[in-house]
Amino acid sequence: MPSQDSKKNFALLRDRILGRSGKDYWRSLEEFVDAPEFEEFVKREYPDHAETWDDSLSRRNFIKVMGASLALAGLSGCVIQPPEKIVPYVSQPEGTLPGRPLFFATSYSIGGVAMGLLAKSYDGRPIKIEGNPEHPGSRGATDVRAQASLLDMYDPDRSQHVQFRAEPRSWADFQTAFRAAIDQDRPNGGAGIRFLTETITSPTLIDQFKRLQAELPQAKWIQYEPINNDNALAGAKMAFGSTAQPIYHFEKAERILSLDDDVFSGFNVAYLKDYAAGKAWSPEKTDINRLYVVETTSTLTGAKADHRIAVKPSQLTEVAKAVAAKIGVGGATSTYTDNGKWIDAMTRDLMANKGKSLVVAGRTASPVVHALAHAMNNALGSVGQTVTYAEPFSPGTDRAQTDQLRDLVTDIENGLVKTLVIMGGNPAYNTPNDLRLDFNRLNTKVPLRVHLGSHYDETADICHWHVPEKHYLESWADGRAYDGTVTMTQPLIDPLYDSYSKYELVQLCFKENFDKKDYDIVRAFWQTQNVSAPAAVATTAAAANTARPTAASPANNASSNNANSAPASGTTAAGRGSQANTAGSAPAATSANAATAFEDRWRKYVHDGFVGNSAATAKTVTANSAFLSQPQPSQPAANGDLEILILPDPNVYDGRFANNGWMQELPKPLNKVTWDNVGLVSPKTAEKLGLNQSNRAEEYVGGDHGIAFINTKGTNQFSDTVDLTYQGSVIKNVPMWITPGQPDDTITIFLGYGRKRAGAIGNDIGYNVYDVRPSTALDFGTGSVKKTGEQVTISSTQIHFNMEGRDILRSWDLEAYNADTKMGEQEDMYPKSLYPYEQHQETYEHHHRWGMTVDLNNCVGCNACVIACQSENNIPVVGREQVDRHRMMHWLRIDAYFGGPDINQPNGPHFQPILCQQCEQAPCEVVCPVHATVHSAEGLNDMVYNRCVGTRYCSNNCPYKVRRFNFLLYQDWDTPQYKLMRNPEVSIRSRGVMEKCTYCTQRIAAARIEAEKAGLSKVPDGEIVTACQAACPTNVFTFGDMNDPESQVAKIKKNDPRDYKVLNELNTQPRTTYLAELRNQNKEMPDYLNPETPVGENLSQSPNTL
Amino acid sequence: MVMVVVLAGVAFYVYTQVARSSYLTGRYLEKQQPVQFSHKHHVGDDGIDCRYCHATVETTATASMPPTQTCMNCHSQLFSDSPYLEPVRASFRENKPIEWERVHDLPEFVYFNHSIHIAKGVGCSTCHGRIDEMPAVYQENTLQMEWCVACHRDPQNKIRPKSEIYNMEWQDDDLTADERTQLAKDYKIRDRVMLTSCSTCHR
Repeated sequence: MPSQDSKKNFALLRDRILGRSGKDYWRSLEEFVDAPEFEEFVKREYPDHAETWDDSLSRRNFIKVMGASLALAGLSGCVIQPPEKIVPYVSQPEGTLPGRPLFFATSYSIGGVAMGLLAKSYDGRPIKIEGNPEHPGSRGATDVRAQASLLDMYDPDRSQHVQFRAEPRSWADFQTAFRAAIDQDRPNGGAGIRFLTETITSPTLIDQFKRLQAELPQAKWIQYEPINNDNALAGAKMAFGSTAQPIYHFEKAERILSLDDDVFSGFNVAYLKDYAAGKAWSPEKTDINRLYVVETTSTLTGAKADHRIAVKPSQLTEVAKAVAAKIGVGGATSTYTDNGKWIDAMTRDLMANKGKSLVVAGRTASPVVHALAHAMNNALGSVGQTVTYAEPFSPGTDRAQTDQLRDLVTDIENGLVKTLVIMGGNPAYNTPNDLRLDFNRLNTKVPLRVHLGSHYDETADICHWHVPEKHYLESWADGRAYDGTVTMTQPLIDPLYDSYSKYELVQLCFKENFDKKDYDIVRAFWQTQNVSAPAAVATTAAAANTARPTAASPANNASSNNANSAPASGTTAAGRGSQANTAGSAPAATSANAATAFEDRWRKYVHDGFVGNSAATAKTVTANSAFLSQPQPSQPAANGDLEILILPDPNVYDGRFANNGWMQELPKPLNKVTWDNVGLVSPKTAEKLGLNQSNRAEEYVGGDHGIAFINTKGTNQFSDTVDLTYQGSVIKNVPMWITPGQPDDTITIFLGYGRKRAGAIGNDIGYNVYDVRPSTALDFGTGSVKKTGEQVTISSTQIHFNMEGRDILRSWDLEAYNADTKMGEQEDMYPKSLYPYEQHQETYEHHHRWGMTVDLNNCVGCNACVIACQSENNIPVVGREQVDRHRMMHWLRIDAYFGGPDINQPNGPHFQPILCQQCEQAPCEVVCPVHATVHSAEGLNDMVYNRCVGTRYCSNNCPYKVRRFNFLLYQDWDTPQYKLMRNPEVSIRSRGVMEKCTYCTQRIAAARIEAEKAGLSKVPDGEIVTACQAACPTNVFTFGDMNDPESQVAKIKKNDPRDYKVLNELNTQPRTTYLAELRNQNKEMPDYLNPETPVGENLSQSPNTL
Repeated sequence: MVMVVVLAGVAFYVYTQVARSSYLTGRYLEKQQPVQFSHKHHVGDDGIDCRYCHATVETTATASMPPTQTCMNCHSQLFSDSPYLEPVRASFRENKPIEWERVHDLPEFVYFNHSIHIAKGVGCSTCHGRIDEMPAVYQENTLQMEWCVACHRDPQNKIRPKSEIYNMEWQDDDLTADERTQLAKDYKIRDRVMLTSCSTCHR
């Protein structure tokens, strides 16, 4: 909100312009003058701060108080330290050293896919999530959700005790009441009992349900999750006659076609690692993979595509058929005629790489598309090469989840359900609007409703009993990774609250032995399993292993680092036992030592975080294309002129992260929107509908060597809101966002917002799509929009997409680059400096010279690094209003620039992570009046928080705009949960202090101290892994000592000709350098951009379409 | 004009003296502890090694306070009915930690690491003084940055052989300046620029 002052200033400005320049000029400036915020956004890094005052204290009063306190200001350094206590253990658990973090293998499951993690425990408190380098689904990296899941555990809004009709009760009360209800139904075989869960792959839980089936044969278990695999499983059934789960091997795929599959936003960082291995360029490996994407909205995968077309969701099936027909899938005919050349050339390329190509189909694509993808992979000889199949890991997949839910609703309406046990998920919020499990439906029909969940959410609200669920860092569990590898979850901390797990709740239904802890349940199950001699090891596991040397070298670094500081990662969190026995898998156990053999085995499972060689056995299936002659299910009735596509939100997903401040504030990968969901619309359609037209969108800027960047400059600064009708239901006030790359006449809306009972952070943000999402059109359908005439401001962290003609992001054509790798050479500006610099250089020569490279070629913009940085460095969440003023605090941001000469057919956006460049000649340092930012001997641009007085000169002088200022007291000093969560190795910054990336100086210090204690004069390469580097699934970041010629970073900087400095002309001599992105274009494609064509000329002819 | 300058000078001098006074730094201030524990008795009279209680001083950032268990190792036998030790026994009985008053308290933005100082030949008494002569421990030095940096600038003045780290009677001039300079080389102590870089202590 602009204040009165700024309004007045702009009114003056407007008058002046009016007076001088006449009517025409006025018109062109009208928007500009009416939009002071816009002007401020582009011109200043921190808009508005001069005009606004957030505290109740007025500015004038503040100055008065300051005047008085100035007299004492000199004494501010001599504060007496407040008295502190030291509280040692009574008896110290073996293996713990106070102040020395330990790493424990655990795992996190979402959508039925488990990812192996190492959780860092500092004096018993989990404070950071890392990937488990040994786990096949993680290989040392994590995704953004796993990183953010830490904050969920410390969420102060979690429910803290068992409740009955919102009244506190004890677990014993619940046990009695619940068991009474179960017992009542026992004579009927549990006919009135229904369990509703999300997708479950946990072998223990599946076993529990199986055993429960024997006691209560009539009880039913329903799995429903709003974002599920129904289409993929139905497609597999069509193609193979039975369900099967494809497991991809991107590392072997040289040509990849994605049919609307957003692989890079999936749960599985192993795929990202594999893709990055194929995409990686080095002077030794100049061949890289090629990614074709046909998609229905702009996604991360589309952003990375070498060739991409956008089609309407309804067209996708026909496009897939057209592609299939060309590839030679029998019986495939298509009505789709556009993009013929594109499909021709693309399919020729796929077929030329038989056995090395791969077709993948996306979750929202219809079953036919999935079936076609299987048939195409078959025709391309990919099966067994780039794709293998396995039995689905979750039981009951022969019935689609939506149908399972429909059965449940039918049973409820027929009064058959006496006890409904909802474990996890939030069905009162996220079920389709015609199958909504809401109060009206359940109230009179289901006499007992039980909810197990981490929050007292929408579903808890409609249930009699609410039982708090343990966070995964508090509980024992197991699950399966993407390839079926059994993955263990162990707790890092005793439950913060009186909470329970699914296992414990299900156990209550048994007649005997019902009161068991999750540890005993999971352990007992594995005692019955003999996995030491697994059935034929799946090819998938082998494939994952072969990919490792190329793909995962930083992951190996991470492992060695972790190994150093995690001597006792095998101890259980409960403190039992000391060192894990890592005696390999149990040898053939004789009956005499079976117990110890199991103990060894169990310890190894828990220590490793997974069961070795437990990946799924490959399933042999043969695709046939008979399904093409089957009648197709009819598309939902058309009732509107637009197509609406529904996707999970990239951050809050299906709504489960709605109360996670990190996720809410995280800029969405493609449009950098925070704290909101928007509706995406293409530039053409926006013009047609008159949306967001108050600022002109289009502006081109030429780049080097064949890439131009489109700037959607300020277009979306003011978003028009619309009332959106989907399948006859209306969502009010959807803010629209113009997105280049969105297909015309298609609007994408996002799930997960509009929650009413998420908690203090997530309530009442955005619009709720579930209210209009019927079970007949879960993913897309037709609809219409009506402009409301109102505008809202969306908090986006990147409004200015203009590189202003500077050489900031490089994205080059692969072939042109391979022909001339010298094309990007930069002039060394060093000799031009007026100031003598030898003294500093001499210092740097004698110390570590920390440096980093950022490989833009591999970056897919997944945001994992941003949250990893936030978690590692105690970066606060500032809230929507502050983001609006551009006061977000992320030390690492990912900038996105669209490329190409046509705003309607862009490529990208291309991603560029920007963190402090650690300039050797840092412009920020020379302007600091109090020496709060100075260089260290190792060349780090140190930020000394306790010296900073907050002049912000440094930020003003930083050309990379990476400094962040605590305008207000953003840190929450009071909430006890957050105190537990913070990294004690990093200062917590208060109001009035500048902060920025330090290359994780705490990790550097820890490694340096360990190395020096070991008598080394240098820290060995790979010992220091920065938080962003550790999290990155695609090996974008490389960090190390540039003075060590054997270090990876030195080798890259020396040998990789793609290496360049951003804003080299300023002679800041940044330690962080970038490696150019390469696009492996196919020359035969109609959208091939000739790198020889001077881009500027192209641009002047491009039609002004918006 | 002269008066103003003189007054300002005097004011500054007073300020520096106040800032360094033990009133503000807590230097020489004995603290009342929940247990009347005497280092003079345990270290000076009994000759118990520092590391018996401060066990992690060589491995982690903190020297660490001993768990009650460590006290009970001896005091389940010795003076097992002394009223002075009742808080210790109570702690052990009730599984409730003893809450000690912190004597050496650095600000939160300083990341001091004991283990590296031990590894580089800085002895206990260099910073903590003659603990073996203190019935109640007090802070021997100001712990102000100027005091830290004095040694970080010229570390060779304050180091000793590894064998003497825990020797309370060690004096800096027990070795000649040359011997100490050689020691600094042997320990591979980093140069002044490195040791006085901000990020060496502040993160």
